[in-house]
Amino acid sequence: MSRLGIIGLAIVVIFVLVALLAPWIATHDVGATNLSMRYVGPTAQHWFGTDSTGRDIFSRVVFGARISLEVGIVVVTVSVLIGTFIGVIAGYYGGWVDRFLSGYLFNVFLAFPGLLLAIAVVAFLGAGLNKLIFALCVIGWVGYARLIRAQVLKVREYDFVQAARALGAGDLRIMAIHILPNAIQPLIVQASLGMAGAVLSEASLSFLGLGVPPPAPSWGVMIEEARDLSTLQAAPHALIFPGLAIALTVLAFNFIGDGLREYLDPRQRRR
Amino acid sequence: MKHKLFGVLRRIGFLVLVVWTVVSLVTLLIELVPGDPAVAVLGDQATPEQLAQFRAKHGLDRPAFFFGVPADENGRRHFRWYGLDNRYSDYWVAILHGDLGRSFRTDQPVKDLIFQRYPATIQLAVVAMLIAVCIAIPLGVMAGKNRGTLIDNGLSVVALVGISLPSFVIGPMLVYLFAVKLRWLAPSGRFDWSDIILPAFTLGAALSAILTRMVRSSVIEELGEGYVRTARAKGLSERTVVYKHVLKNGLIPVVTVLGLQLGVLLAGAIITEKIFGWPGLGLLLVEDGIAKRDYSIVQGCVLAISTTYIIANTLTDLLYRWLDPRIRVA
Repeated sequence: MSRLGIIGLAIVVIFVLVALLAPWIATHDVGATNLSMRYVGPTAQHWFGTDSTGRDIFSRVVFGARISLEVGIVVVTVSVLIGTFIGVIAGYYGGWVDRFLSGYLFNVFLAFPGLLLAIAVVAFLGAGLNKLIFALCVIGWVGYARLIRAQVLKVREYDFVQAARALGAGDLRIMAIHILPNAIQPLIVQASLGMAGAVLSEASLSFLGLGVPPPAPSWGVMIEEARDLSTLQAAPHALIFPGLAIALTVLAFNFIGDGLREYLDPRQRRR
Repeated sequence: MKHKLFGVLRRIGFLVLVVWTVVSLVTLLIELVPGDPAVAVLGDQATPEQLAQFRAKHGLDRPAFFFGVPADENGRRHFRWYGLDNRYSDYWVAILHGDLGRSFRTDQPVKDLIFQRYPATIQLAVVAMLIAVCIAIPLGVMAGKNRGTLIDNGLSVVALVGISLPSFVIGPMLVYLFAVKLRWLAPSGRFDWSDIILPAFTLGAALSAILTRMVRSSVIEELGEGYVRTARAKGLSERTVVYKHVLKNGLIPVVTVLGLQLGVLLAGAIITEKIFGWPGLGLLLVEDGIAKRDYSIVQGCVLAISTTYIIANTLTDLLYRWLDPRIRVA
């Protein structure tokens, strides 16, 4: 794998460890306000400084990794499962099933700006972590479904599939045992980019006030709280650290996605 | 010719189908509101009469769709057919008459609100796109010409960072730098011509990164073509070869991406408008629609943004067919 891919992997490992070990890494209570300690710059006691209500930014960034990771994993897993299921059906059966699924349904979802659809769903459902995850799954599955469909169309014509059919294997067996394992590789790349997308979307929606409600330490919420002019003037670090956390995480998953794509497809290796 | 016309008709037919789906989704989404939308808008203190009046005014007392499974007095659900007497058909009739309903709060026609805000959003998206192109073409050419070198690798990393930095991080950082520290530009609003600089740059940053990568690979691909060798053999300067010959061919895919990205910019503008208080559709959606639970404004904005997006995509597709003869014939 390329050097950038390995750097990405290293950052993601750190991100996951931080999320899992958050209670032990955090130095302060994430919700504890202390008005006498507002806008403190980075010090030995508060590594990333404090925000407008004196909360410790380092601890909040650490716990924010949990929210991002949770949303990312749930959204990508659910989207992959739904997308794979629908994609296999469309690719395997073809005919009118495929014409409806890939000709109409996929295209309708792709013709819609994803973020807007998520915003619309949450706007009507109301804000909250579960609703946000639901909205991101609603927009997330299509990419995987389209990818898997294209793969299945290719794999379905291979000799070993014909052989399995000639031996009397049923549709379900052919799909699950013969086609899927051979169609799934590009999904890994897409899932890695999907993690980046989910982390970014969670932060975007939380920033808009449509995701995890404050005072939860979502990175998007932290940025929203840090961007009013008085906070910006007194404590730019309240913006910079959660911003860096989002950028690094998204960048890392993009690095991994790019690295994996090059690794899995030699034709794409650094032209 | 016949094939071409068929392709165009098919594309337009699909456009109609997608718009129909979007309108249907938007009308039915209000059913997702937990509890009663009237209570959500008027609050718990509203009297039953006020609630009933509100529901009647906005058609919320009528069935949502052609059929439903309402519960009777005993709590049992039965299938019922309502025919044309439902909100979904009403909404369609109204839309075809150019009516998007009235705001739940201020009673202003939603269509007027949208038309007031629309130009600001389009202006922002177009300027963002111009900025992105002005950044991406020189950088992309530079990376492509020096492929594999330190410049190329450095620009690739910068582009990836640009893609990964969300607008709600870039935007406030620009505000900090140019409005709080340097005091060159206003932090928000739309009063002076210079007020568009920060929001447009924020919105265009990710696009410029995507375009840089595209221009780079396009230039690399075209540089390997025979006509480039011919042009060089004629003794043309490298500058002329790249900017006159290579870019002309290499920009076709870029134009397509640009068209597709116009829609992405419109959706992305929601966040940028919120950061900079830019009075466009996005701000209308977030501040007047979602924050105040004014569902008719939410419906109108979602409809306006997505329809613009879909039309922009279709036009791009048609333009691409026309630009690239290989697709035109096929």
